[in-house]
Amino acid sequence: MIEHTYDAVIVGAGGAGLRAALELAGQRVAVVSKLYPPRSHTGAAQGGIGAALGNMEEDHAEWHTFDTVKGGDYLVDQDAAELMCQEAIDTVYELEHWGLPFDRTPEGRIAQRRFGGHTRNFGEGPVRRACHAADRTGHMILQTLYQQGIRNQVVFFDEFQMLDLLVEDGVCRGVVAYEIRSGALHTFHTRAVLLATGGFGRMYKVTSNAHALTGDGVAIAWRRGVPLLDMEFFQFHPTGLYRLGILLSEAARGEGAVLLNRHGERFMEHYAPTLKDLAPRDMTSRFMYQEIRAGNGIDGKDYLHLDFRHLGRKVLDEKLPDITEFARTYLGVDPAEHPVPVVPTAHYAMGGVPTDNDGQVITDERATPLRGLYAAGECACVSVHGANRLGTNSLVDILVFGRRAGRHMARYLRDADLVPVAVNPHSAVGEMISRWLARDTGESVARIRADLQDVMMEKVSVFRTGAELLEARDRLRDLRDRYGRAKLDDHGRQFNQDLLEALELGFLLDLAEATVASALNRTESRGAHFREDYPDRNDAQWLKHTLIYRQEDGTTSFRYKPVVVTRFQPKERKY
Amino acid sequence: MRIHFRIRRFNPEGEAKPYWADYDVEADPLDRVLDALHHIKWYIDGTLALRRSCAHGICGSDTMLINGRNRLACKVLIKDVGRRITVEPMRGLPVIKDLVVDMEPFFAQYRSVLPYLVNHDPPPQQERLQSPEERARYDDTTKCILCAACSTSCPIYWGAGGYVGPAAIVNAHRFIFDSRDQAAEERLAILAERSGVFRCRTIFNCTDACPRGIEVTHAIQDIKRALLGRL
Repeated sequence: MIEHTYDAVIVGAGGAGLRAALELAGQRVAVVSKLYPPRSHTGAAQGGIGAALGNMEEDHAEWHTFDTVKGGDYLVDQDAAELMCQEAIDTVYELEHWGLPFDRTPEGRIAQRRFGGHTRNFGEGPVRRACHAADRTGHMILQTLYQQGIRNQVVFFDEFQMLDLLVEDGVCRGVVAYEIRSGALHTFHTRAVLLATGGFGRMYKVTSNAHALTGDGVAIAWRRGVPLLDMEFFQFHPTGLYRLGILLSEAARGEGAVLLNRHGERFMEHYAPTLKDLAPRDMTSRFMYQEIRAGNGIDGKDYLHLDFRHLGRKVLDEKLPDITEFARTYLGVDPAEHPVPVVPTAHYAMGGVPTDNDGQVITDERATPLRGLYAAGECACVSVHGANRLGTNSLVDILVFGRRAGRHMARYLRDADLVPVAVNPHSAVGEMISRWLARDTGESVARIRADLQDVMMEKVSVFRTGAELLEARDRLRDLRDRYGRAKLDDHGRQFNQDLLEALELGFLLDLAEATVASALNRTESRGAHFREDYPDRNDAQWLKHTLIYRQEDGTTSFRYKPVVVTRFQPKERKY
Repeated sequence: MRIHFRIRRFNPEGEAKPYWADYDVEADPLDRVLDALHHIKWYIDGTLALRRSCAHGICGSDTMLINGRNRLACKVLIKDVGRRITVEPMRGLPVIKDLVVDMEPFFAQYRSVLPYLVNHDPPPQQERLQSPEERARYDDTTKCILCAACSTSCPIYWGAGGYVGPAAIVNAHRFIFDSRDQAAEERLAILAERSGVFRCRTIFNCTDACPRGIEVTHAIQDIKRALLGRL
């Protein structure tokens, strides 16, 4: 067992973690990540980052705020959305100053494009707000932040898997991590920890998410008594490559591509007459499934077409080169010549570890902070995305709240003392690993994971019913049981990914249970959570956030946190 | 279709030497090689080690030698490599286990070329202006995903000469030709050293290997020309 002491420890090296690290660069800060930082999933974001720069047409942060609130089906905390949309502008300029290669207007300013749900003047029509670097904006953000981390001599622990949070007397005091290369356990003693571990889309069969996205930080926090917020809201992105789920950015539709059914009809015109194909993701995914259910899928099958043909090769090559290549590589379809088969793909967790507007993790509806513990990015829930996140706002979120969390941590460190953790803080984790390494008969972890992904895809995706959620709950219990009897093939210490995948499946099972329980509990339809047995939004009863707690015996309980409404009263959502 | 895999394996805790292991798997022609490797790992032999994450060619984790060429396992389809597939770790970096190599030397080379924007002027309130033409000058080299396919396909890189390698040069290029940057001279000085661009023999393996289609050899030539122009 190896021990370290740092002023602050950041877990996860995607955009939120790296951005926070830059605020703490003057201190002793360590970034612990199970991947090399440039492998993080921020790099897979494509289309752009929303900020009301107004470079191409009139725009205002207030308009961006309104779109965020309405897009989130009014479950957004409006104070948080206001400051996010305001600070988005400055964070984009900051990235540019650090060298991010944004595309440019003829005048040399940052170029912007249209995106789903982003409008001018409170919903009048689409607005050019998404700042972009071709269709690899996330890649360039991740690279730029990593470069600045190198420049600022941030200490990186690459390929270290977090396995536990050390919380004593209501204060977070450290992290236990597993060094993948050697199999050694490391204890990081520290005064402030930031969770920036990303999402958990790997609980679904068809997903845009990387294999690494197993919700480690969220599940570990939950196991340590932190509640989770709004877990019933999971976004399906409308345009994943058929069969594969690989993301085709909303920037495609922002640049003019359209969705077609088997009759060649642009069906989104019927559902969203003003924004059409640029309606928010929750609605577009739902309408796509409605078309498929009505027999309007291509050849009567379970997919639709995304048509780029009228854009021309020049637009594809210059503005959408990566997604053009994805369609060619994986489906053998040239988007300049043929429409591309697409289907909604599990994409983004709106829910996660609850925080205040400074990234401090909170433990109840009164926003009581857990001192020394922070969260930012997809693993956190502020909530700026409410029941459905708008495209581009995940990148805004990681930058704005990564920065805010880092700044608050720096202030917190001025007064916080380092309290040594109890003896053998790693023993629980060490025992768990030893138990797994001793298991050599039973079922493979992969089969249980595949069954989990099937259950979640079939029962807990775009359309939900109480009966199906109950069935999912029962099947998750079976999976939990089987998980307790699973085996490993690899019993070694070094680079034992067999062990890591088993531990990751444990995180996914926890979060799937939280998702199903929260979805069963919310008897209304809002944003990405659509209950066919309760098809209407019910503000009288449900304009509130769900906090789900895990009890010692594994059962769950709920509490509720009010939604902060400032300027925008809930209205029916029409686009 | 039935695919025969030969995989170069090495277990640091067991066998003293690397060895070839054979596996037969059923695969769809449209599956990625990564899908078939996952099938082996998940359902045949869980001890197989390989890095991967995004599975669509953007995170740069799963570079390996597939039928003798450096490829991302998630970006090459079964139908394009045939029914007999050999898989080996990339060359020029020490093997840790099976297909996993030690990336530290590679990232140290990357860090050595000052891979970040340097501009000593106080930034304006808004963005620094850059024309579309200036932006296009370094577009190609911004695509790099640090997968190491280029460097580990280069015979000079495999040698003991301490060559910094194509990937580091690509990342230096990305800043040297950025109109906002002010440290081109420092980077050129680094690349003029014995470990730098003049070790390149324009073999073009790097360009062939790049899964992002970057004209790597061309970028190296750009820098050689910039250096020769200073003489």
